[in-house]
Amino acid sequence: MSPPAPVETRPVRPVGPLVIAIEGVTKLYQMGEETIHALRGVTLDIRRNEYLAIMGPSGSGKSTLMNMLGCLDTPTSGKYEFNGNDVAAMTDDELAEIRNREIGFVFQTFNLLPRSDALRNVELPLIYAGVPSGERHERARLALESVGLGNRIHHKPNELSGGQRQRVAVARALVNRPSIILADEPTGNLDSKTGVEILALFEDLYEAGNTLIVVTHEEAVARHARRVIRLHDGLIESDGHVY
Amino acid sequence: MNRIIYEFTESVRIALAQIRANKLRSALTALGVIIGIVAVTLMGTAIEGINTGFDKSLAMLGDDVLYVNKWPWTGAEDWWNYADRPPLRPEDAVKLNRIISSSPDSELEFGVFGDSRSASLKSAGNSVSGVFTRGTTAGYARILTADFEEGRMFNETEDESARQVVVLGYDVAQALFPGRSALGATVAIHGQPFQVIGVLARQGSFLGLFSFDNQMVMPLGAYRKYFGIRDDNTEIQVKIRDKTHLDNAREELTGLMRRVRGDIPGQRDSFSINGGAVFKEKLDPIKKGIALAGLFVTGLSLFVGAIGIMNITFVSVKERTKEIGTRKALGARRVTILLQFLIEAVSICVLGGIVGLGLTYLMFAAVRSGMPSFPIEFSPALVVVSMLVSVVTGVLSGVVPAWGASRLDPVVALRYE
Repeated sequence: MSPPAPVETRPVRPVGPLVIAIEGVTKLYQMGEETIHALRGVTLDIRRNEYLAIMGPSGSGKSTLMNMLGCLDTPTSGKYEFNGNDVAAMTDDELAEIRNREIGFVFQTFNLLPRSDALRNVELPLIYAGVPSGERHERARLALESVGLGNRIHHKPNELSGGQRQRVAVARALVNRPSIILADEPTGNLDSKTGVEILALFEDLYEAGNTLIVVTHEEAVARHARRVIRLHDGLIESDGHVY
Repeated sequence: MNRIIYEFTESVRIALAQIRANKLRSALTALGVIIGIVAVTLMGTAIEGINTGFDKSLAMLGDDVLYVNKWPWTGAEDWWNYADRPPLRPEDAVKLNRIISSSPDSELEFGVFGDSRSASLKSAGNSVSGVFTRGTTAGYARILTADFEEGRMFNETEDESARQVVVLGYDVAQALFPGRSALGATVAIHGQPFQVIGVLARQGSFLGLFSFDNQMVMPLGAYRKYFGIRDDNTEIQVKIRDKTHLDNAREELTGLMRRVRGDIPGQRDSFSINGGAVFKEKLDPIKKGIALAGLFVTGLSLFVGAIGIMNITFVSVKERTKEIGTRKALGARRVTILLQFLIEAVSICVLGGIVGLGLTYLMFAAVRSGMPSFPIEFSPALVVVSMLVSVVTGVLSGVVPAWGASRLDPVVALRYE
């Protein structure tokens, strides 16, 4: 566990316009004969420049909510609007488009392409966005510099430490200037010292005006956020600001 | 539009990186394609070779020449219908030429009588046997398709006075007088001295079987004196004016020959008119049969190669399920993923195709230099076709696994370990 952060000194930035509006969202899974209610009616607003943690024990619907927020999945019923667009009605390709432009993913296992160097990894979302190569290199390089890896841009993932890999992943999440950064257990595969470094990086990103959503089961991670949502059995148990 | 190009180049880059990262696996998979492409292209060179060899051979026979014989070249199984036909005689050719020269708008140009047999000949140090020997008149010069390496054809005087002169085919001259000129030399044919007055340029062989370079031509009088004329074997070769009017010429020739031979109306022809076209008709179905059977058998080996590619693409998709999930999360659309794996399959196929084509070319070159008369032919079209076949094979074998990859649910794919 990382040591408790100095909670009382953290500044809170004013929030911006509505990014995500979720209302009465449910999600059912069919597992053989059994129907699983992963979400039973979740209502949630997320505004620009929030720093939000989503917590809950396994089976609470935390992962399902994250997939929904990341536009990887669509709700069975209920309303989900992303920047005013109805996500529930989108086709697979439209979802891919919105993931590409609006959402930056940071995964627990980093999910870097092993045979591509840091620069190529960070460029990937720009390739899918159709950015010409000159601009792509430049933006990817800047993104890597912004996470402190300006001198590592041609290293392959296996030539980088765990913390550095996660930084590459963060740079990749940032590079397309998304509306939200969605991190799934971002420190889960890191030792506590490195975990703290990544959380410090998140703090910087927040200061710089980004919107962060961190899914975690660690209180110590959640404590860094300005707002914590706790899920239980597919419902929001609490939604509180922690500053 | 740009996005498609970037995604395409990205896909090619990924595919090549993937192949490089799995060298052995890719090589083994490509081996199936290599074997398939080698088989198909070798078949292609063989088919091509038969075709060009056939056309070349027809041209050597003279594609503007009709042959009047006692026997038809094809369908002689009912030989008794032809056996009591009177033989073709030198006078028939003389009469025929008289009629032709008196009808200015004839499709025919000239006819020449000849007989042929196999003979052996000797020079001072060497001897050759089994040489195709033709006895004919000086007019044969107008029908002969070969050029002269040196010397000339015998003239009418030499013909009429039955001079003992001979024109040798290229191989015959080479065998008797290796490395030096045969012109003016004396050779012994049937124990009789003949003077070499000409050597024909190299022509090659008919379908790789009958060599046009293993022949000699001598005046009919000299031929008759030492060999005699075999009535069953004589022929009149008739050159026509325009080979595109072959059918008209054949019809006219039939009429003229009936007059020359005095065939009574209602009576059947006392001769047969043969020519390249008949041969072509006879051989075309055989050629097609060989091509079809060959392509089917070699196609099977390519099919097996394609199954290998499909299998490896399935494995590749399975192995990289999580990567597919990541790419989808980062904004890859279905078509992007589809393209990625399709290009991977096609890349292996094309690489295999290039190697296969290279091997085929080496084999072709080896056969060409070892057995020059073997009918194979390597054409640029073959390169294009085999590349197309490689791409199509890659697409066909990659499309099912690639389609599956493109349909993966990103949530499931990301969870895959």
